[in-house]
Amino acid sequence: MNQQEVMFKYCLRLGDNALIRSYRLSEWCSNAPILEEDLALTNFALDMIGRAQALLGYAGQIEGKGRTDDDLAYRRGERSFYNVLLTELPNQDFAYTMARELYMSAFEYFYYSGLVASKDATLAAIAAKTLKEIKYHLSHATDWVLRLGDGTAESHAKMQAAVDDLWPYASELFESDTTDAAMISAISAPDPAALKDSWVKHVSAILKEATLDVPTTMYTHTGGRNGIHSENLGHILAEMQFLPHAYPDAKW
Amino acid sequence: MSADTQLEKWEVFIQSKPGANFVHAGCVHASDKKMALQNARDTYTRRGEGTSIWAVPCDAIVASNPDENDMFFDPANDKTYRMPTFYVMPEGAKAI
Repeated sequence: MNQQEVMFKYCLRLGDNALIRSYRLSEWCSNAPILEEDLALTNFALDMIGRAQALLGYAGQIEGKGRTDDDLAYRRGERSFYNVLLTELPNQDFAYTMARELYMSAFEYFYYSGLVASKDATLAAIAAKTLKEIKYHLSHATDWVLRLGDGTAESHAKMQAAVDDLWPYASELFESDTTDAAMISAISAPDPAALKDSWVKHVSAILKEATLDVPTTMYTHTGGRNGIHSENLGHILAEMQFLPHAYPDAKW
Repeated sequence: MSADTQLEKWEVFIQSKPGANFVHAGCVHASDKKMALQNARDTYTRRGEGTSIWAVPCDAIVASNPDENDMFFDPANDKTYRMPTFYVMPEGAKAI
């Protein structure tokens, strides 16, 4: 890959994480435990859409073939999506969603804090705007993990199951490959691998405060960042991309 | 109407700009102070409506009883001399 292709893939990775997570968050619309939480989660979904628009739009510019953010969202196959597996897993229950939000938001907090200082002015500006949202997402997820973990016996058991099941998916966030290496040297992007210790420390402290056991498994699920996905992404795309596929010229 | 089982109720007041009065916006459910503020933020200030939020537990509000409106409010209605407009402005006074 040349530098342009590397940068394109890099922006797709960031944008796809936001787009697919937005899809999962929006599935809570009308299904959250209480109305206020329904609004909060769908509000986060809209934050993610905004982030995906900015990042996919920028990816399209870098590619230079005239593809828009919508083209990249609606007219790309599964193998060309580079989101981490954690974002595409089903919501399961509220505890799973909160565990995912905690893991993702804590990672993004450290990652985007670094990206703010990138030499790429566009990414630095997107990061600065996004970081404000991430702080709120992290605060919201942290509070719920504390409440549910240190709540009733049932909420504790559900939160522990969610934290345990999703832990092996978190490792993918800290993979650092040739694309990352190229971006680290070209635009001073953060190195995901270097953030793992901070993340483990931060998340472990929250889990302990929530009276939850910190998972110890070393097993890692991986593939999403290179387009190798679980069966879930195909189902997401089938629904998300249906309309533009059926009516290619539709405007809304 | 079924009983409200969704956590405690809080009244939400929003200040639209610094220095302005806090205006009642509605209410939210929440189990603690922080959650009340977050839910108020997500429910009422998503489109730039405010710069500050108060959330007050409903229990903490003392409300007058509408059945006692006769005693509470009526006595003020027929006494025009309570209004500043009842009095003639003294000569030479520029403002009261």
